[in-house]
Amino acid sequence: MKHWQLEASGEHLVATLDVVGSSANMLSHEVLQELDELLAELEQRSASGLIIRSGKPGGFIVGADVREFGQVHDAPQAAELARAGQRVFNRLAALPVPTVALIHGYCLGGGLELALACRFRVARDDDSTRLGLPEVRLGIHPGFAGTVRLPPLIGALPALDLMLSGRTLGSRQAQKLGLVDEAVPERHLLDAARAHVAKRRRRKAPWLRRLPGWWPLRAFVYRRVLRQLQKKVNADHYPAPYRILQLRKMRANQEQEAISLGELLVSRTSRNLVHVFLLGEELKRRGRTHAHDIERVHVIGAGAMGGDIATWAAYKGFSVSLQDQTAELVARALKRAHAFFQKRLKEPRAVQQAMDRLMPDVSGNGVRRADLIIEAIVEDVGIKQAVFRNIEQQAPASAVLASNTSSIPLEELAGTLRDPSRLVGLHFFNPVAKMQLVEVVHGLQSAPAALERACAYAVAIDKLPLRVKSSPGFLVNRILMPYLMEAMTMVEEGVAISAIDRAATDFGMPMGPIELADTVGLDICLSVARELAGPLGVAVPDKLSAMVEQGQLGKKSGRGFYRYDAKGRARRDTRVRPNDIPITERLVLRVLNEAMACLREGVVQDADAIDAGMVYGTGFAPYLGGPMRYVESMGETGISHSLYRLSEEYGERFTPDAGWSQADLLVRASSI
Amino acid sequence: MYVVDGARTPFLRAGAEPGPFSAADLAVAAGRPVLARLAAPATSIDEVIVGTVIAAADEANIARIIGLRLGCGSAVPAFTVQRNCASGLQAVASARERIALGMSEIVLAGGTEAMSRAPVQWNAAMVRWLAMFMRARSVLGRVRALTAFRRAYLKPVFTLLLGLTDPLVKLSMGQTAEVLAHRFAISREQQDAYALQSHARLAAAFDAECMQPEVETLYDTRGGYYQEDTGLRREGSLAQLAKLKPVFDRHYGSVTAGNSSQVTDGAAMLVLASDAAVKRHRLPVLGELLDHSWAGVDPRQMGLGPVHAVAQLLQRNNLKMRDLAQMELNEAFAAQVLACQAAWDSQTYARDELGLNKALGSIDPERLNPEGGAIACGHPVGASGARLLLHLLCSLRRKGGGLGVACLCIGGGQGGAMLVRVEETGT
Repeated sequence: MKHWQLEASGEHLVATLDVVGSSANMLSHEVLQELDELLAELEQRSASGLIIRSGKPGGFIVGADVREFGQVHDAPQAAELARAGQRVFNRLAALPVPTVALIHGYCLGGGLELALACRFRVARDDDSTRLGLPEVRLGIHPGFAGTVRLPPLIGALPALDLMLSGRTLGSRQAQKLGLVDEAVPERHLLDAARAHVAKRRRRKAPWLRRLPGWWPLRAFVYRRVLRQLQKKVNADHYPAPYRILQLRKMRANQEQEAISLGELLVSRTSRNLVHVFLLGEELKRRGRTHAHDIERVHVIGAGAMGGDIATWAAYKGFSVSLQDQTAELVARALKRAHAFFQKRLKEPRAVQQAMDRLMPDVSGNGVRRADLIIEAIVEDVGIKQAVFRNIEQQAPASAVLASNTSSIPLEELAGTLRDPSRLVGLHFFNPVAKMQLVEVVHGLQSAPAALERACAYAVAIDKLPLRVKSSPGFLVNRILMPYLMEAMTMVEEGVAISAIDRAATDFGMPMGPIELADTVGLDICLSVARELAGPLGVAVPDKLSAMVEQGQLGKKSGRGFYRYDAKGRARRDTRVRPNDIPITERLVLRVLNEAMACLREGVVQDADAIDAGMVYGTGFAPYLGGPMRYVESMGETGISHSLYRLSEEYGERFTPDAGWSQADLLVRASSI
Repeated sequence: MYVVDGARTPFLRAGAEPGPFSAADLAVAAGRPVLARLAAPATSIDEVIVGTVIAAADEANIARIIGLRLGCGSAVPAFTVQRNCASGLQAVASARERIALGMSEIVLAGGTEAMSRAPVQWNAAMVRWLAMFMRARSVLGRVRALTAFRRAYLKPVFTLLLGLTDPLVKLSMGQTAEVLAHRFAISREQQDAYALQSHARLAAAFDAECMQPEVETLYDTRGGYYQEDTGLRREGSLAQLAKLKPVFDRHYGSVTAGNSSQVTDGAAMLVLASDAAVKRHRLPVLGELLDHSWAGVDPRQMGLGPVHAVAQLLQRNNLKMRDLAQMELNEAFAAQVLACQAAWDSQTYARDELGLNKALGSIDPERLNPEGGAIACGHPVGASGARLLLHLLCSLRRKGGGLGVACLCIGGGQGGAMLVRVEETGT
């Protein structure tokens, strides 16, 4: 066998999975087939138990091979794949001897379903062990009997929570929930597995946890979960969670699970979510090609962005020094950092370690030893230039210099440096902890080595680096700005703000444009808009300047387009009056038109990069797979016709970009 | 042997509640910028030595905790030293000796203390009762144990107070100062005037930004930060000081909270390096450590320890008091500082107790603690020795260099002194 290895260990057999030619174990068709053969062989042999483990140091099994999804053409074929997996796992579950899954590192999706088919699960007790069923994030649900086996094991509601959220659990949480029978340190893994083989009694969730799944309560419980779900997820865009709920409500069997999965797997949503997922993987892969050689990071500017960039770096294990002009500014950032570490890390010692890694540094002691210096101060060319000149005198020659500027061309900042080649842009998005994208900006002067190290650093802190050309607004802000301006123009025309936001969220944006502007801060919007107005020919609505002048800066000042109460909640007018203005069309088409302009100008490499940037940088409707994927599905001629129509009615800003008539622009380099 | 660099935290006056920082937190805050400034590679620290008096139960061998938390690496050994009030100076002295022996080249040394977090313990009777209660297995036994409980068992033991009382002669540190005030006839007014001057001098030093090179901003996790010693009183007056009641000899004494050092939390950390290491890494240095000396005295008069330690140091190095450009003498109590000065001036003391023909003479008051001392900034016992040395070096450098001595009296009846030289800059 290629991927599986069976060996005897005392009275037990140990099956080790080590998928050839891959750094992580994935359940490809071939791997499952081999497992089937292995089980057939086992049925013939006498042993007192079977232990299944992974030969990869990084983890157990990360799930099905997502790339195989693309080869599935219709729902029946997909359902058949699920059935095939179910059959193998059923065979595993039916073995007469006790079986134990020995879990370390990632145990996700199909990997966890395999573990569920074993009688016992023993997990390594450390931070890197994570278990979960993240299928819902790809627009599908477990298909190897996971939806059937999980609830009796951990209880109806925890099972729903795991499947609906797609979140992963650490080994201790998993033990508490009963997902694993025991979490033990590495040194006891095999002993614990052997002890469980001897035990023979499988566990079940305590009756109280199974209670909500019993028929008198079931309908009531599921109705409540459904209501919560409806508040968060649009069923038209993301059907998978609703399917999961339905399957559980009807106590579906494996066959029903397979059929449902088949339908979901070939749905547009799932295809697009897989596309988005693979785009992210591709960005990571490209970022990893070089070593970052970065240990110490110095961040200048302890405002919201700088502070969060430093906090995130310290959270991800880097030694960070955080500089600003006054201790008060740094103290405020440290307070936020501490709250963040407490929320995320919980363990007091882990919080202490992270705080120890984050050095407040008003005097800038960190510069001289830093490998990466990130500037995140006020958007002012003169001040930034002065800061970089000063850094250059002190920083080691090998250090990469980076600016978090969102709009100033890099060449301008590099102009005064002796060695401008080591300056790159590292443009993070707000909130740093949540937004996965980082635009790695290459100016004309940036050296490839500096860019590669910056990309590798972004991957090392679990972000997705997207290479963009240094041009006004780079990619994400540039595409976002016309969209925000259009929304404000509509406000000026008298359209209700809630109608505009509602149109955007109905389309699939995570937040409406007006609310987004209020959240970002209208002063920041205005300054970026003014920066971009000239080069891109975007008109800045008068209303925006007027509001900023009156001190209505959005959420932070309690008043922007919306009014906010003391807790920062917007007071919304829920009555949406019908009108005949094509709100959605106007918003979306400006995004698409600008995206096309970026593609034509070569701001990023290809259409995929635009999709990745918009989805991971702004949350642009992931179920559509990003703007370019959306264009493809609608047909670009249709889009340019609509643009033309709108330009007749609303003016030049809708004039179709020249790129719409260049057919080769949308041809994708890769097929993901 | 050189001191390359150093820093201290602001000293925080202890309130009734435990302070926001543990002793290790304080040492990390002081050590982090020093290591960040160090021109040698991060991995070049050979050893970590830290002085602490009251070790917290969860910070055993605190030097090791500090070394690891500062990222010195698990391969760098560390040990903790305790010589009461001179623990911080002992750490530096130990580092100096180990470098002299060729056992280390670059050492991180210092002192730290969180006096506000000194443990409060059950008394011995309570512990005995607890043991009896745990032993009782039967219900009847437990009931019997419960009836044996006395309310007095709940009386806590404040280890801070115990630590500040001599275990042999049973005098509190304040009472040893009363002994000295009586012996050398130092009046309440003299003590208060000295205390007021200490505050004024420290305030002036902070206002002139002279303390910036040595005091690092200390940040808590709730958005707060400290840049100055919180015990410093800028608006005190003699009249106010005169109103305070004696705290140690309550009826007839003269030592008050106002003319004693303050109970505080704080840390000071320094990096020491051998001549070879300084040359190899081209390290800029603060100053040179020439010699140090320890002396023992009657525990009842522990405040006179520096008189002897300094005498030994000067004799051994053929120096006169006037050769010193500056002296940092820890201000445990105003009475004790003034007593040291009086003893150095005294012919009888020189002859009877120091075995000298002639008095050494006191140090010029302008050269003694010119930026104030522990009465104003506080005396976090384990940290003070390192602070005195650090401040002496920084102060000498600012004023153009020269010879200096940092010395302390040590609870239990000892004195410690370190002789330094800062390169003269030719003013």
